[in-house]
Amino acid sequence: MMLPGSGSWRRTFAAAALLAALCLASVGVRAGAWNDPYPASERGQALVYESFNSRPKHLDPAQSYVEDEAWFVYSVYEPLYDYHYLKRPYSLQPNVAEAMPQVSYRDAQGNELPADAPVASIAETVYEIRIRPGIRYQPHPAFAVDAEGRPLYADLDEDSLGERSQIGDFEHTGTRELEAADFAYQIKRLVRPRIESPGLAIFSQIVGLEDLAARLQAEVDAGRLDPEGWIDMRQFPLEGVATPDPHTLRIRIRGKYPQFLNWLATTFVVPVPWEAERFYGQPGMGRRELTLDMWPVGTGPFMMERNLPLREIRLARNPEYRRDLYPCEGEPGDAEAGLLADCGKQLPLVDGFRFSYEKEATPFWNKFLQGYYDMYASTRFASFTGFDTALQLQGGALSLSPAMERHGIRLRTEVEPAIEYFLVNMLDPVLGNGGATPEARERARKLRQAIAIAIDIEEYLAIIKNGLGLPMQGPVPPGLAGYRDGEAGMNPYVYTWANGRAKRRSLDEARRLLAEAGYPDGRDVGTGVPLILYFDGYDSFQRARLELLVKQLARIGVQLVPRLTEWNRFQEKHRKGNAQMSFWGWNADYPDPENFLFQYYSKNGKVRFQGENVTNYDDPGFDALFEEFRGMDLDADRQPVIDRMVELLRHDAPLLGGWNNEAFQLSQPWLGNTKPGKVIHSYRKYYSLDVDRRNVLRAEWNRPALWPLAMAAIAIVVIALLALRHYRRREAQTARPGSAT
Amino acid sequence: MIAYLLRRLLLAVPTLIGVNLLLFTLFFVISSPDDMARAQLGAKRVTPEAIERWKADRGYDKPLFWNAQAAGRARFTETIFVQKSARMFLFDFGKSDAGRDINRELSTRMWPSLALALPVFLVGLFVAITLALLLAFLRATWLDFTGVIVCVVLMSISSLFYIIAGQYLVARVWNLVPISGFATGLDAARFLALPVAVGVLAGLGSNVRWYRAIFLEEIGKDYVRTARAKGLSELAVLFRHVLKNGMIPILTGTVVVIPSLFLGSLITESFFGIPGLGTFTIEAILMQDFAIVRAMVFIGSVLYIAGLVLTDLSYTLVDPRVRLQ
Repeated sequence: MMLPGSGSWRRTFAAAALLAALCLASVGVRAGAWNDPYPASERGQALVYESFNSRPKHLDPAQSYVEDEAWFVYSVYEPLYDYHYLKRPYSLQPNVAEAMPQVSYRDAQGNELPADAPVASIAETVYEIRIRPGIRYQPHPAFAVDAEGRPLYADLDEDSLGERSQIGDFEHTGTRELEAADFAYQIKRLVRPRIESPGLAIFSQIVGLEDLAARLQAEVDAGRLDPEGWIDMRQFPLEGVATPDPHTLRIRIRGKYPQFLNWLATTFVVPVPWEAERFYGQPGMGRRELTLDMWPVGTGPFMMERNLPLREIRLARNPEYRRDLYPCEGEPGDAEAGLLADCGKQLPLVDGFRFSYEKEATPFWNKFLQGYYDMYASTRFASFTGFDTALQLQGGALSLSPAMERHGIRLRTEVEPAIEYFLVNMLDPVLGNGGATPEARERARKLRQAIAIAIDIEEYLAIIKNGLGLPMQGPVPPGLAGYRDGEAGMNPYVYTWANGRAKRRSLDEARRLLAEAGYPDGRDVGTGVPLILYFDGYDSFQRARLELLVKQLARIGVQLVPRLTEWNRFQEKHRKGNAQMSFWGWNADYPDPENFLFQYYSKNGKVRFQGENVTNYDDPGFDALFEEFRGMDLDADRQPVIDRMVELLRHDAPLLGGWNNEAFQLSQPWLGNTKPGKVIHSYRKYYSLDVDRRNVLRAEWNRPALWPLAMAAIAIVVIALLALRHYRRREAQTARPGSAT
Repeated sequence: MIAYLLRRLLLAVPTLIGVNLLLFTLFFVISSPDDMARAQLGAKRVTPEAIERWKADRGYDKPLFWNAQAAGRARFTETIFVQKSARMFLFDFGKSDAGRDINRELSTRMWPSLALALPVFLVGLFVAITLALLLAFLRATWLDFTGVIVCVVLMSISSLFYIIAGQYLVARVWNLVPISGFATGLDAARFLALPVAVGVLAGLGSNVRWYRAIFLEEIGKDYVRTARAKGLSELAVLFRHVLKNGMIPILTGTVVVIPSLFLGSLITESFFGIPGLGTFTIEAILMQDFAIVRAMVFIGSVLYIAGLVLTDLSYTLVDPRVRLQ
C-alpha cells in the first residue's frame, strides 16, 4: 500500500509498526497468569478448588439429602459411623462413636431377648452408643460467651445485627464439647415444624417420634410455639431416645431393622448444638440468611467460612477438629496407587476448599485444563464435553488420552452402587401383571422377556454412554453384599454364557418369546392388530435414547411410541399408574442390597402406597422372602435369600434391562488421595495437595499470548488510517462525484 | 405531559393485572402446589404427609381463587391468588419456595447484573454508533461494503457461539482473562472484560447495520446538503447534524431496554458465572422455584412498561416537535 505523502503519515505508521513489533515480540514471554480466577493471596494456601453447579437447597442436616449438598454437610457434620475410605466392599466403622453400637432386643413387655430371637417376637431394638469424649465444636458465635459465661449473641435484633450477613461478620466465637444430648436434639429436629425431613420415613421407627411430631404441631396450632423462631427441643422429651450420661446415646426403634445401623451413618443423626438453633432463631437472622440451613455448625474437619449462593462457598479447616488419622489399610492396589502414603497423618490434610459456581460444563472443563479446578468428577454435569479430549475407550477399558497423560492427570473409575433401568409398570394389563387370567399374565411375562432381550444394553451404552457402564444382571449392583460376578451372576433369561462372558440371547429367541406371548411378528395373533407399546419419558434429553430404543424394539416387530412430557406429569403418571414403560434410576442410600431390593416389596408400591416400588411389582413369594431378609442381621448369611429374590425378579422381569453406571474422576497431578466412593461423603478430609507443584504447573500452562492484542491494535490503527486517508481525500476533492443533481 | 404520564401509568395497571393472571394460571393451574412441593422435596422418600406439611407451611394449602370455608372478605383474601400473586403489586415478593427472602436476593443480585449489562449497553452503543457513522462516512467505498458484509456475518452467528468461542480463544488459548468467575471492586474488571466484549460483539452486527441505515437516510436529506453547501467539513456535518437527528430512531430501540438492564442476561451470566439476576432466574427455573420465577417475570413486565414510558419521554428531549398529550 502506498503511504500518503506527508511525513506525519510515515511517522504514524512507523509508530504503529513499532508497537506491533513490541507486542509480537512479547509472544511467549512468561508473565503472571492473567487468567487466574483466584486472588494472588491464595497461591500459598493448601486450598482445593472445586465447583458447584446449583445452589445447595439445604445444609441443615435434618433436611439435606442430595449429593451436592452432602459435599458440604458431611464436611461440617460428623455422623456416628461412616464407611472406610479405602476398603471395598464398603465397611462401616465408628466415627464420632467410640465403637459399634451394642444392640439388644426387647419383647412387647420390655423383657430383654437373646440376639437370635425370632424377628416376630422383637418389639423393640435398642442401640446403645458410646460417644468419643473430648470432641469439640468448630468455633462459632453461637458459643461465644463473656467473662461471666453469658452468651454474647443471645439478644440480637434487626438493629444490633446491622450489616452482618456472613458468620465471619461476628467478632467473637466460642466452642464447647460435644455431648450425647446434641444427637438427641437433632433426632427431635426431624419432626420440628417447618422442617420436612426426608429421613422421617425411616426415623419414624424411633419409639415416640411420631407422638412428638403430633405434640409439637398441637403446640404450634394452639399458638404456644412460634415455628419461625427458636423451638427449644430440649423441652420436649422423646421416649425412644435417652442420654444416660453425657457420652452415651440410647436409641430405641420399633421391631428389628438391622439396616438402621447404616442410617446412623447419615447426617440425619449428627450432633446439632441447641445454642446454634437459639442463635439463628433471633429476629433478623432469617432475613439475612443466617440460618442453620446456610451456616451449619458441627464438629467435622471443616467449617463453613463463606457462603455466597451462586458465587462461592468456602470451607476452612476446623481448628478444633478431633484426633482423626489417615487410614493405613486399603484394598489391593491402594498402596501402589499411593493411597497409603499418608498413613497415620492427622486429618484433614488440606487447609480448606473453595467451591466456585460453575453452571455450564464447557467453562468448567476449560478451567480444569488450565489447572484452576483440581478435580473433575463425571457425576458433576449431565454431559461431559471433554470426553474425546480426555479419555479413550479401548477394549471396554477406559484410559487417559495422550494429552491428558502429558498433563499428568490421574484417572480413577468406579462402578457405582447404583442402577439405571428400563422398567414396566406391572399394573399395566398388556405388559404388566394386570391380565385377567394366569395365562394372560404368563403371556405378558414372555412379552417382557422378549423385550428384555431386544433392548440391547451393550449397544445402548456404546452409543449413548460412551461405553461407560456395566450391563445390569440383576437388581443388586456390584460391590454390595449379595452381588454375584461371572456366570453365577448372569441373568439367564437374557444372556447365555459363552467364551467366558455373558452373551445376549439372539433376536430369534426374542421373536419366539414374542410369538408365545401371542404376538408373532409383533401382531396380535387373534386380531392381527400390531402391538403398540408406550414409553413414558420426561425431557428432551431422552429423545436420543428413545430413538435407539424404538429402533431396537422394531427389530422384533414391536412398535414403541414415546410419550414425552415434563417432569411433574411424568411423576404423576407413575403415581397414578398410567405409565407403561419408562426409565428410572436409583443411587444407593447405603451400600446394602436391602436398599435395592426394598423397591420391589409390594408394600412400597408407588400407586398403592406412594412408595419407591415404581414398578408396582407385587409377588407374595418375593414379599415373604423380603420380610425374612429384612430382619436378618447384616453379618448373617443372606446370600441364599438374596439369590431367590433376584431369581424371582429376573423371571418376572419388571426390569427390562439397565446398567450400573461407571463413574470416573480426573484429578490434577498435585491432588492426592482421591478415590471414588459413591456412598462416602466425608472424603474431602483425606485429600492431600502439593501446592508448589500446582503453582509451577499453573504458571506453565497459562502463559498469556499477547500477539492477539497486537493484531487487534494494528487492525484498529490500519482502519483509522484508512478512514483518515479517505477523509483527507474527500476534503481535498473539488467536486463530489454523484452529489450534484 | 403529566397527564400523559398518569394515563400511561394507569394503563399499566390492567396490563400488569393481565400479566399477573396469566402468570398465576401458568404456575398454579398448570403446575399444582403438589408439583411444587415435590420439586422442592426431591424425588426420593417423599411421603404424602411431607407434601401436605410443605404446602401448609408455605400457604399453598389454600384454594386458588375462592375460599368457601372462610367468611366475608377472607373468602377472597385467604386464597393462593391474593396471598402469593396480588401482593406482588406492592413489590412484596415474599419468600422463595426454598424459604429465602426474594426481595433481599433481588437487591443483592441486581448489582452484578448491572456491572455486566451497563458496560455492554454503553460500550455497545458507543461502538455501534461510531462504526455506523464511520461506514456512513465511507459510504459507497470498498470499506463500507466490507463493513456491511462483516455486519451480516456477525448478525448471523448465535450469541452462544460468541460466548463459547470467546471463552475458548481469549481465555483458554490466549490465557488473557479468566474464563469465568466474579469479584467485587476493581478486580471485577478482569472477570467482566470478556463477557462485556462478547456482549458488545454479539450485538454489533445488527446495531451497526441499523444505525448505518439511519445515518444514510439522514445524509441524503436537504439540510445535510445545505450544511455541506455552507462549507462545513464532513465531520462537522456528521457529528453536528446527522448524529443528532439520527438519534431519534436510535433512542426508540435503546431507551426501552434501559430498565431491563437490571434483570441481567440468562445465558451470559450463566456461562461466565456472574452471580446476577440472570443466574438467579435460570437457577430458579431449573430448581422449579416458581416463587422466584413469578417474581422475575412480574418485575420484567414492570420494567418493560417503564422502558416504553421512558422511550416516549426521551422523544421530547431529543425532538422539540414531539409533545406528549
